Amino acid sequence: MARISGIDLPRDKRIEAALPYIYGIGWPAARQILAQSQVDPDTRVRDLTEEEVSRIREIVDREWRVEGDLRREVQMNIKRLIDIGSYRGLRHRRGLPVRGQRTKTNARTRKGPRRTVGAKKKK
Amino acid sequence: MGRSVKKGPYVEESLLKKIEGQNARNEKRVVKTWSRASTIVPDMVGHTIAVHDGRRHVPIYISEEMVGHKLGEFAPTRTFKGHADKSERSTGMR
Repeated sequence: MARISGIDLPRDKRIEAALPYIYGIGWPAARQILAQSQVDPDTRVRDLTEEEVSRIREIVDREWRVEGDLRREVQMNIKRLIDIGSYRGLRHRRGLPVRGQRTKTNARTRKGPRRTVGAKKKK
Repeated sequence: MGRSVKKGPYVEESLLKKIEGQNARNEKRVVKTWSRASTIVPDMVGHTIAVHDGRRHVPIYISEEMVGHKLGEFAPTRTFKGHADKSERSTGMR
């Protein structure tokens, strides 16, 4: 069982593809970690030796901010924007796009499912 | 893309001069400015700056955490009070 920084362990994937299951590690980060720990990116997770796993684990623990810590950091950053009363904080508070995207249409990721508002049709 | 580090942060000259003048004389009076694009620098912390929102000057008290943001971020330019009430509109139409 490969268990790195908490609760992550997809077994049948190549380690290169498995590491991105950890929040905060994407493909580029995974490749970098594997190069640094000198593990072949193509080995399946179940075929990793204990020693290889611990090398990877050590690098992740030491040099990467992942999972809870990272989520907390992101939340803190958002909270800071809200607390100082900035425009970006306001957009976060309202659940609208923060980076100047249009909201006349689209923006569904931030706004969630459509809720129809507006005047009733006149008869 | 961000601004060149070589140039340093953009702050309107006249605004910076006023703030520094106040710091030198150890006073804190509200400074009106139209320069929404100016970066908030550590010198401004503790001052109240009235930033123009297109209509009036919104007084902003500068706290330490605001350093590095732009003045305009704290004075919203749009007033949106929500869409017209449904019932009100439909009765008005009839």
